[in-house]
Amino acid sequence: MSLLEITDLTVGFDTEDGTVHAVKGVSFGVERGEILALCGESGCGKSVTAMAVPRLLPSATTRLSGSIKLDGRELTVLPEAEMRRIRGKEVAVVFQEPMTSLNPSFTVGYQITEVLRRHERLSARAARARAVELLELVGIPAPHRRVGEYPHQLSGGMCQRVMIAIAVACSPQLLIADEPTTALDVTIQAGVLDVFRDLRDRLGTAIILITHDLGVVADIADRAVVMYAGRAVEQAPVEELFARPRHPYSLGLMRALPAAAVVGPDGRRRLTEIPGMVPSPLSDPQECAFHPRCPSAQADCTASRPPLERHGDAHLAACFHPGGHP
Amino acid sequence: MAEKTHPPEPIVRWNSGRADRRRRLWRRFRRRPMPMIGLTLVVAFLVLAVFGPLVSGDPSAQDYLATLMPPSIDHPLGTDDLGRDAFARVASGARTSLQAGVLSTLLAMAVGIPIGLAAGFYRRWLDSIVMRLVDVTLAFPFLVFAVGLAAILGPSLRGVVLALSFAQLPAVIRITRGEVLAIREMDYVSAAIADGATDGHILFRYILPNSAGPLIVQATVAIPTAIIGEATLSFLGLGVQPPTPSWGVMLSDAQQYLDQAPWLAIWPGLLIALATLGFNLLGDGLRDVLDPRSGP
Amino acid sequence: MLWFVLRRGGAALIVLFLASVLIFLGIRALPGDPALVMAGEDATPQAVAAIRHAYGLDKPLPTQYVDYVGQVLSGNLGRSTQDQLPVGQILVERLPVTLELSALALLVAIMIGVLSGIVAAVRRGRLADYVATGFGLIGLSVPHFWLGLLGILLFSVTLHWLPASGFIPFTQDPAGNLQRMVLPALVLGTGFAAVLMRQTRSAMLGALSADYVRTARSKGLSETKVVGAHALRNSLTTVITVLGLQLGALISGAVVVEQIFVLPGFGKLTIDAVLTRNYPVIQAVVLVTVTGYVLVNLLVDIAYALLNPRVRLSGGSRG
Repeated sequence: MSLLEITDLTVGFDTEDGTVHAVKGVSFGVERGEILALCGESGCGKSVTAMAVPRLLPSATTRLSGSIKLDGRELTVLPEAEMRRIRGKEVAVVFQEPMTSLNPSFTVGYQITEVLRRHERLSARAARARAVELLELVGIPAPHRRVGEYPHQLSGGMCQRVMIAIAVACSPQLLIADEPTTALDVTIQAGVLDVFRDLRDRLGTAIILITHDLGVVADIADRAVVMYAGRAVEQAPVEELFARPRHPYSLGLMRALPAAAVVGPDGRRRLTEIPGMVPSPLSDPQECAFHPRCPSAQADCTASRPPLERHGDAHLAACFHPGGHP
Repeated sequence: MAEKTHPPEPIVRWNSGRADRRRRLWRRFRRRPMPMIGLTLVVAFLVLAVFGPLVSGDPSAQDYLATLMPPSIDHPLGTDDLGRDAFARVASGARTSLQAGVLSTLLAMAVGIPIGLAAGFYRRWLDSIVMRLVDVTLAFPFLVFAVGLAAILGPSLRGVVLALSFAQLPAVIRITRGEVLAIREMDYVSAAIADGATDGHILFRYILPNSAGPLIVQATVAIPTAIIGEATLSFLGLGVQPPTPSWGVMLSDAQQYLDQAPWLAIWPGLLIALATLGFNLLGDGLRDVLDPRSGP
Repeated sequence: MLWFVLRRGGAALIVLFLASVLIFLGIRALPGDPALVMAGEDATPQAVAAIRHAYGLDKPLPTQYVDYVGQVLSGNLGRSTQDQLPVGQILVERLPVTLELSALALLVAIMIGVLSGIVAAVRRGRLADYVATGFGLIGLSVPHFWLGLLGILLFSVTLHWLPASGFIPFTQDPAGNLQRMVLPALVLGTGFAAVLMRQTRSAMLGALSADYVRTARSKGLSETKVVGAHALRNSLTTVITVLGLQLGALISGAVVVEQIFVLPGFGKLTIDAVLTRNYPVIQAVVLVTVTGYVLVNLLVDIAYALLNPRVRLSGGSRG
């Protein structure tokens, strides 16, 4: 049994202009100890998909259907009190903006011990000692001093390490990291990714890594799910995906990577970008959402929506005209 | 009030023209009931202040045979201790109220906007001096000004208007200055500066029109504050002097006859409350539409 | 932190200095020559000059200012022209009434305003929110003095539950004192509660949608902890700031409420002094009001810094 099993997940939000469907029928699983990348452009629904797991979406305006199973338990129907025992204990989250995701009014130590005291019932003294250990684990120098400091006294990279320390405090089975390196300097990104890899190796934590950066995916992930306009359009092990991308959108994302820069006629290296814009989330016609931007689009792409089909061992793609080799 | 949250991920917004924008703002405004109630109350208040005195008769005509009369056909709101028609006095009081509210706000804007523009645009020493003065002015409770002015000028509508506009001045200067600071960083202003546009052209062609939203919102906050301020000062005897009709003076008079003619204490207060409520609702609605950055 | 207090204290002293200059000049800008007034209408020029000399009015203005400040600091605020009592003594008699009224009103305002603001934010878009928001709008729109009149009309004239006016010192008869203070304090506190409610609600809405609240939820904390510890702690700075900014309104409101309920406080003293042109009293009242206002604002700033580690640790300013 997979650790996490998401089946036919659909998430909509009530807005002034009607219900906006951010996620439309997404299914995938996460194995224990696996690092799964959830990738796509901003607005493709990758964050919404991931935040639906610990039920951190605004409850009043969210319309959710489908199934989310953690260790066989259906999370979507769990009472809120039981869900609270899972959040922070079994499923933990690292958010995109480390500076604003920590509470400016409390010390770093308080924010770590809080989760330990909630779930592990540690005494104040034991929790504090554990907080120092955790800061050390995520690679923060002088943890004894840092534990008494406030977030504004730390750099962005340090804050993100603190966020990770909070997230792994109770050794969760699943860690959701929402663009954990996007707000950080490039030089600090690699260090933070190393922390994730290290945690997976040491604690066996499964990680869902949300990112728009295929470079990060290639660096750290075992498997990837590519999302476009609220749907999963391709999923495959990372080596397989990079070797044989089936969906033209995945191929486009790869061509936009700096490493894939093409040498142009003027002798300069240039990145290829995907032309066009993401379609409006308000409309959802029965067609391939990517066809207006797709180089290999044909008449049948607007006739019906391509289903997710198997292209090899663990490789799924939703395209009528899949590419073979790049 | 029942705003729905947007999905956490950004949605692509399409560009649209200015007229389109105005129509969209109006649609957003009209769809909510509260601002429309506010607008109705404000319009009703304006109608009462402008046309009420024309139909109500003389607010100073005394009738010693009909003092402290309850509401009747002749006197729809009753009469006061001197037999004056309460409706006529309420209508004229609305006019006084409107004068105090609008004049003090206009005066504060006329003085405050140029100061705020200059401070925000030229920065340096001018800005520091102006902002220090604003801080000092804010340190004075409004009533201290009013008391001081009443002591110097003697109680009068003129003193009330001066005190009320002086009290709003710091807010007007702050808002204008803040807008200038934000707008002068915009690309189109930088482009105009690069094109060699004069300071006056930049200030009045680009910056002032774009600061209009927050200033209009400030006016809808300032007018009801001034209406209450005028009524308060007049109630205390520091403002408009009898026999000029004012809601504050009427309430002050009514206090002596609470047991005999309680209705006299109802009308002026109810009108102050409704007029103020109208401006507040309108202001909240306009703020949602014109100045979404600042909260209520 | 010490540096912060020193800097704020220095700024407060500068404001006090400017205010005292303004008051000093304001009194001298009043119509009429005080020496002429004191000497009487048919005094000889010599007599007027003698009085002028006796009161130091013939000295240059800066010297007069220094004398004035010296007098004030030694507690000599002059004598009331009404009853010739020392102004200092009058103030000592009147101030406790106003302080009691303000403290009670503040208590009412914080209890109603902050609590309903929190509830409205947490229950956003539900019935409790509409009730609280409606209450806030009405409280903001109804002037103190009308609310006071309505209160008297209902509780004293119609129901005969409470005495309409008057004052008994707390030390003489605590029950009688509170019986007479409850309505004034409610009237003064209501408008304040409305402002506090609106600001608390808006600050809490901001805090509740902040990233760190989402983090707190992701830790599996109870809603009580998320709202009460994480969101409230960050909204409290706003609430404290609003309290400071509204202080002027509280003072103005106290004046009005004392007038309606005939409480022999500071505010009633002020109005009576203006109406009888009792200049020594006006001068003292304005000076004491401004000093009190500046001092409380200083305390608010310090409380703000204590709640906000960013200010406390760096000594920087707000924002």
